[in-house]
Amino acid sequence: MDILTISLETAIGPIAAVYVLAAIGLNMHFGYTGLLNFGQVGFMLVGAYGVGVGVGTFGLSLWVAVALSIACAAVLALLLGIPTLRLRADYLAITTIAVAEAARLLYRAEFARPLTGGVYGRQSLAAGFYEANPIPPGDYGVGDFDFSANQLWLMLVTWSLVGLALLLTAALMHSPWGRVIKGIREDEDAVRSLGKDVFVYKTQSLVLGGVLGGLAGAMLAINQQNITPDQFMPQVTFYLWAMLLLGGAARTFGPVLGPMLLWFLLTAFDESLRQLVAAGALPFIDGSDIGALRHAFVGLALVVLIVYRPQGLIGDRKEMLVNVK
Amino acid sequence: MSSESRTADGAVRDRMAGVEPAAGVAKPDPILKASGVRRSFGGLTAVDVGHLEVQRGTITALIGPNGAGKSTLFNLLTGFDRVDAGEWSFEGRRLNGLGGHRVARQGMVRTFQLTKALTRLTVLDNMLLAAPGQSGEGFVGSLLRPRWRHQEEANRERAMELLARFKLDAKRDDLAGSLSGGQRKLLEMARSLMVNPSMVMLDEPMAGVNPALVQSLLGHITSLRDEGMTVLFVEHDMDVIMGISDWIVVLAQGSVIAEGRPEDIRSNQEVVDAYLGAHHDEPGASAPGSGEEA
Repeated sequence: MDILTISLETAIGPIAAVYVLAAIGLNMHFGYTGLLNFGQVGFMLVGAYGVGVGVGTFGLSLWVAVALSIACAAVLALLLGIPTLRLRADYLAITTIAVAEAARLLYRAEFARPLTGGVYGRQSLAAGFYEANPIPPGDYGVGDFDFSANQLWLMLVTWSLVGLALLLTAALMHSPWGRVIKGIREDEDAVRSLGKDVFVYKTQSLVLGGVLGGLAGAMLAINQQNITPDQFMPQVTFYLWAMLLLGGAARTFGPVLGPMLLWFLLTAFDESLRQLVAAGALPFIDGSDIGALRHAFVGLALVVLIVYRPQGLIGDRKEMLVNVK
Repeated sequence: MSSESRTADGAVRDRMAGVEPAAGVAKPDPILKASGVRRSFGGLTAVDVGHLEVQRGTITALIGPNGAGKSTLFNLLTGFDRVDAGEWSFEGRRLNGLGGHRVARQGMVRTFQLTKALTRLTVLDNMLLAAPGQSGEGFVGSLLRPRWRHQEEANRERAMELLARFKLDAKRDDLAGSLSGGQRKLLEMARSLMVNPSMVMLDEPMAGVNPALVQSLLGHITSLRDEGMTVLFVEHDMDVIMGISDWIVVLAQGSVIAEGRPEDIRSNQEVVDAYLGAHHDEPGASAPGSGEEA
């Protein structure tokens, strides 16, 4: 029961919501437009540091800092997209993975320390956010669930952003704009031959999904109240991919379901193992091995998914079975 | 030949009246003009067309042996590849340097040798996507549904008319990827018409299509011409080419080596040489005019 509660709390908690937001952006890129973005964590990084540098270095108000996050993500998307989106899809993939990692090294570099705090990052970023909390202090909960007023406020804001992002993507994808975007995913030369400027559409998609990633990063910074560059490792991107594919790409709620379910499973896995280790039931496993086993577990989950449900939990099997190209 | 009987309708043949069957000859009312168009890949010159005009309102076939540069020329003219030199114009407007989408907006729409159905979109969405000038196509415009709903409705009606004409209306809600190869060819042709082109460029429209469907595709192509559209197509099937073309342009090693009506081309020595090799020596060969120069 305890494990179940903790796992469910994680699945609806602010971190899961942050991943949902970033996965909605990735769904716009990959699910709808067919852009192979292997650097979504880079957008989260610049978003988080919009808040980190804005609040931590320049002492701006949090809301201005969030606007800075969005602007940084949009600029990163343009920097990535303008040279690569006229080329074949693989160029964007290579560029995003490299740029995301280069950005992390840049932000943690010694010379960047006056601005970004280098390896130490930035602290105490969320005071303005919690000052704006309209929920009276105290503990709130149903049954075993228990959240503080601040946690609740954070969840409310993050999930509201998720809601807005879902509304926006659903409206876009059910419009002629979305039809062109999906057409580009299928065959961009065909779309070009029908008089549509493919480059402009791909750039718009990259910016929109990137901005959602940047917002996710900003909410992550607010949630943790401090950030360091090294939490934006490439595996965050691959977790996001696993989550998106688990939920089902090119579906409105795919990127919502995937992160929630994977966070639930990860927490349940961690907690079960930890309790078993504590009870001495697994003498061959040390407590510090759990992190490594978690990666193995995600890998296993992906293999099972690809074998038994390649379209994801709520993906369209009919679409999956169509011979693509 | 069937082309003889069709000449009875007169109108089409008149458009080409008095035009000499010679490479690079000027046409009375050209919709497309190209001169000096050249493209090489490394040391290989794929296309080097001195002068080429396409007469408005006709079906013009572009033929030539494998590797003659037909598809490359198609790509160049439609903005899908860059020329090294030369210039070309469509309806009097220069097309040099325009990207593929802008060429299409001028009214010159192409199809592809390997059919490009948008497989995970429905047949109807394939059609709707092609409609030009949609206000819901912009990022911001797409969010203002009331502003594009009526236009969408009108496009849907036009799409259904075209689908009915190509006998695909029953498939409107099927994914395009579930269509057969021939149906995809039909869809691609219907979709290109959705752009309201004045000229369609068909890259091997009959490739991989079963004989029954070939007849229906031929019917569609001639009816496009009869409605005043200009058709330029690449094809390998000689029966098809001789049957429906008003004019034939022969490309070999990147250059136009001959032009003319089907009967001119059939008896043209240079064309026979290009297809069979210049030094073929088959005694009593059945190909017209062969054998003397071996």
